[in-house]
Amino acid sequence: MISVKNLTKTFGRTVAVNNISFEVNRGEVLGFLGPNGAGKTTTMRMLTCYLMPDSGTATVAGYDIVDDSLEVRKRVGYLPENAPLYLDMDVVSYLEFVADIRGIPSNEKLRRIKRMVEICGLGSVAGRTVGQLSKGFKQRVGLAQTLIHDPEILILDEPTTGLDPSQIIEIRELIKEIGKERTVILSTHILPEVEATCSRVLIINEGEIAASGTPEELHSVAGGEDSFYVAIKTQDAQVEEKLRRIAAVREVKKLADLEEGYTRYLLKSKDGGSVGEQIFKAAVENGWMINELHRETLSLEDIFLKLTTKEKSE
Amino acid sequence: MSRTLAVFKREFASYFNSPIAYIYMTVFLGLAGWLFFKGFFLVGEASMRSFFGLLPWLFLFFVPAITMRLWAEEKKVGTMELLMTFPVTDTEAVMGKFLASFAFLLVSIGLSLVLAIVVAALGNPDPGEIFGGYVGAILIGAAFLSIGLFISSLTENQIVAFIVSVVAIFVFFILGDDFVLMGVPNWIAPVFSFLGLGAHYDSISRGVIDTRDIIYYLSVVGFFLYLNVKSIQLKR
Repeated sequence: MISVKNLTKTFGRTVAVNNISFEVNRGEVLGFLGPNGAGKTTTMRMLTCYLMPDSGTATVAGYDIVDDSLEVRKRVGYLPENAPLYLDMDVVSYLEFVADIRGIPSNEKLRRIKRMVEICGLGSVAGRTVGQLSKGFKQRVGLAQTLIHDPEILILDEPTTGLDPSQIIEIRELIKEIGKERTVILSTHILPEVEATCSRVLIINEGEIAASGTPEELHSVAGGEDSFYVAIKTQDAQVEEKLRRIAAVREVKKLADLEEGYTRYLLKSKDGGSVGEQIFKAAVENGWMINELHRETLSLEDIFLKLTTKEKSE
Repeated sequence: MSRTLAVFKREFASYFNSPIAYIYMTVFLGLAGWLFFKGFFLVGEASMRSFFGLLPWLFLFFVPAITMRLWAEEKKVGTMELLMTFPVTDTEAVMGKFLASFAFLLVSIGLSLVLAIVVAALGNPDPGEIFGGYVGAILIGAAFLSIGLFISSLTENQIVAFIVSVVAIFVFFILGDDFVLMGVPNWIAPVFSFLGLGAHYDSISRGVIDTRDIIYYLSVVGFFLYLNVKSIQLKR
């Protein structure tokens, strides 16, 4: 649905997007992840025809973003960062304006607007002036605006900023639902959001793609390592020694002495599969008491930090 | 066309979404009426000539007030990004905005017909002269609007847009003035006199409607709307 080849954009001397290439297929929800100023917004602005690329090409829904810009814009629903809206209009006339400019026939206009009001939960504010709405409602009006023409492709720039936790969950559910039969690109720097909504992730840093893949793939790219925390009570002096002997464990660290004679250890393992079981077995064999055992996989957050800081130090 | 209409409708409605439109029209009409009738009763002649002489000077400040927000506000609020990613061409967007400001100006000019009615009730004015005066006012108003709209596209600050527009319109207006022509070298004087917005206005408002003057104003409008489209394209 979207195919990007060697896209580059510079502003003065800063290279905002440097030679980016990627593909997005129908039914995929692609997450752009990256620190502020990484080039996420610039890339989106080029795909929505707001900015012209300096070099490289991209096709959206089969149309070139430079040569067939109007065709592209007809098929894309775009929610810019901070959801800018015409603040002096009321919600319904704003949606009417969008419907008009999108060329929705007048006999269908009212039905579409009603549907958008329903989907985006705007019923209670339909007659209010957009400028007076809360951030959450503005974001929803913005979302209604991007969906009103039933676009094949949705491009959402930080769709959940400024929303409260329950609204965030709602919007994420909505995006997931929409993403089933459409193509969605969304940008964010909130990492759990990517895990919750995206089928594929593109980590962008300093205008370049630092990594791409499913969240699981990224995990292995970053040399995924699991951490096990275990709290043990025993008189055995060789605990650390015995823990280290467990097959896949690479490192054992004593973390802290807890109450009631328990001590917490941290075990790091590349192949986390059965480490938990083996810790349990070792405890049974040696008669240790355990009152805590949990596993932490490398989160997207760690991967993100690892990839974006590695880039910088090189 | 339907997309130009959508932009037009939004812009035109947005003048009336705030009290500004009503304040604007009241002040415009009040000021024009007061300045006109102040002299009218002294001269004691049923003519609107002094009104049409006055009008460009009122437009000098009132037209930039109409156009200053048209692009500057879009840029400031960020809706520019929306508008430019909707399936409208840059030309359609510029035309929609221009026509909306033009329609608003027409309403303002239309309200001043009250003055014509008063004059007609008090004496026997020359209808040809009044007609010519209105044609001239509409043409010079359109030219001013196109300049103001273009300048609004260069900044995101409405105040800057207003002040720069006033200065630019002033310069174009007095370019063909005798006073200016005296001060420039002889060879360039005809150019100035042709380009000046004011020189063409004088003959029309006297009731002499010459196609050359009409073509001149339409070219000025076309030229600045073209610049406007280009200035938007350049920022993409």
